[in-house]
Amino acid sequence: MSIIRYEQIQGKSLGFYALVAGLGAFILAALGAVYFMEHNGHHVTGMSNRIVWGLPHVFALFLIVAASGALNIASIASVFNKKVYKPLSRLSGLVALALLAGGLMVLVLDLGRPDRLIIAMTEYNFNSIFAWNIILYNGFFVIVGVYLWMMFERRMNKYSHTVGIAAFTWRLILTTGTGSIFGFLVARQAYDAVIMAPMFVIMSFAFGLAFFILVLMASYKWTARPLGDAIVNRLSNLLGVFVAAVMYFVSVYHLGNLYLAENSGVESFILVDGGIYTKLFWYGQIILGGLVPLALLYSPATKGNRTMLGLASVLIILGGIVQLYIIIVGGQAYPMELFPGKEILEGYGGIAAYTPTLPELMLGLGGIAVALIAIAYLIKFLPFLPESLADDVTDPHHKKL
Amino acid sequence: MKALNRREFIKTTTTTTAGVAIIASGITLTTYAAKPQESNPVTNEKRWGMLIDTNKLTETDIDDMIDACQEEQGWGSEILSTGDQKSGWIKKIKVKDTATDRISNLALMCQHCEEPPCVDVCPTNASMKREDGIVLVDKHLCIGCRYCMMACPYDARSFVHEELTNQKEHMPRGKGTVESCTMCVHKVDKGEQPACVEAVDSDAVIFGDLYDSNSKINQTLKKIQSTQIRADLNLNTAVRYSGI
Repeated sequence: MSIIRYEQIQGKSLGFYALVAGLGAFILAALGAVYFMEHNGHHVTGMSNRIVWGLPHVFALFLIVAASGALNIASIASVFNKKVYKPLSRLSGLVALALLAGGLMVLVLDLGRPDRLIIAMTEYNFNSIFAWNIILYNGFFVIVGVYLWMMFERRMNKYSHTVGIAAFTWRLILTTGTGSIFGFLVARQAYDAVIMAPMFVIMSFAFGLAFFILVLMASYKWTARPLGDAIVNRLSNLLGVFVAAVMYFVSVYHLGNLYLAENSGVESFILVDGGIYTKLFWYGQIILGGLVPLALLYSPATKGNRTMLGLASVLIILGGIVQLYIIIVGGQAYPMELFPGKEILEGYGGIAAYTPTLPELMLGLGGIAVALIAIAYLIKFLPFLPESLADDVTDPHHKKL
Repeated sequence: MKALNRREFIKTTTTTTAGVAIIASGITLTTYAAKPQESNPVTNEKRWGMLIDTNKLTETDIDDMIDACQEEQGWGSEILSTGDQKSGWIKKIKVKDTATDRISNLALMCQHCEEPPCVDVCPTNASMKREDGIVLVDKHLCIGCRYCMMACPYDARSFVHEELTNQKEHMPRGKGTVESCTMCVHKVDKGEQPACVEAVDSDAVIFGDLYDSNSKINQTLKKIQSTQIRADLNLNTAVRYSGI
């Protein structure tokens, strides 16, 4: 492999400032939304005592899950020694940190008392998966930060394999922890399945890579740097494998649930007669977020086409957000089984209503904007991106694909 | 003895002062902690519980229980919250047996589990269980993450969705925090009964120490068939029901 030269982007063009201004507007709108919701209380949102976690949690968990997945590219390079991915490692670490920062911002700003964040940092209940997650998230920043340092500092390069293994292990535990937030809620029919944890890990692979591919292609296109097919096609194939794996886990999860009579109610709610949730599941998650991207990535007509790869990545991200919406909101909307064998006539039950409000959406989008603006600025100030990813740089011994 | 030079003098006095300060503050703290807060300390030799007999409990009784709870704790007057956003510390539930169509009415509130899922999941220890089994939320530690509401199998907890005024002195409630039935801990600690229990004239609702073999609740539970809601979850609730 030839020597990879990393270089900052110039970041002086009108386009760059327009991008930053656009993202800044989203962040300001998010902050305004937070002020509105926190000042008035959550009654101005669609959330309630039945749907306690709404759209902000959907975005927050999507970003957190995608964050750990975005680190995969670096892991493949340093842990599994696939040299072709090595030039992408720095960007992979950066995207991971940026997505996590965006996700955590949304999560924290949706708390009832975000001003008490210090309590979450000082009072730990070690039985709580949430408390563990706080440690896992903070640790992720530290470990990936060190990992980036090992990659940037030439004399530290030799440690990047070891730190890479630590980061990879940490990210697996982190996503397991995120999935376990739901996996151990015994009272709710839609959750309480151990498969939630590995399913979240696989989801992170797909969502994180889709996000990474979009950032990569956009930054190379907008800075007019060469980006060869050798690397892009590999990423594209990998993305397809991950999407198929997510669909496999989703099938196993639902089939497993269907087998248990106690869960047949919630299953038919999601799969058959759950109104908006059923539509979102089939049209959003399965068709738009799964089958269409797979077709775009693998069918001979569209394979290798950058625009189609970009479209597939966007659809995977949208499908991922829909998937988390179904898990989080749909799972709460279906009532808990308070009295097995009895029908509740009054006082509890029925499908809980939830209509997301604009401030909730703006907060969620603000999280994505924070992640993107962090990436845009950091690649301007630090050499994250190789100046060329042309095929003769990334894959010199391989015949052109 | 060697004469002290200035540096050693400063070193010695600083160490001594710091040492004394640490030990003294430790003594003070220990003294305060050891001082009994009340004549009747909370102990795990008691477990407060409630038995609700749905055969004796009328729908009016349940309404009275809810009114008494609202009156005592000051919830229910939220004006901006709508529908499911309103607080509900205690609810009237009407259930029908799917096989026999038999209908039962019952009051559902925090079941004060021995193994409370809300306490397990709370990241900041705001959800906690007292030694005597009463499950509470520390409103000063609650960050409003609502994970406890996700975990509670009884839909017993409410999140305060709006700014509140005119609160009861013994029950501070705050926008952005979670709340639920306290089993009227402020009354129980004074030797009284929870407000909802006092509101029912008959013995449809019995309150007392589950462990005390002389208590009415203990003796009744020994005699009659009773059940826990979602007993399959093994949470060992302190609120028991008979007749459902």
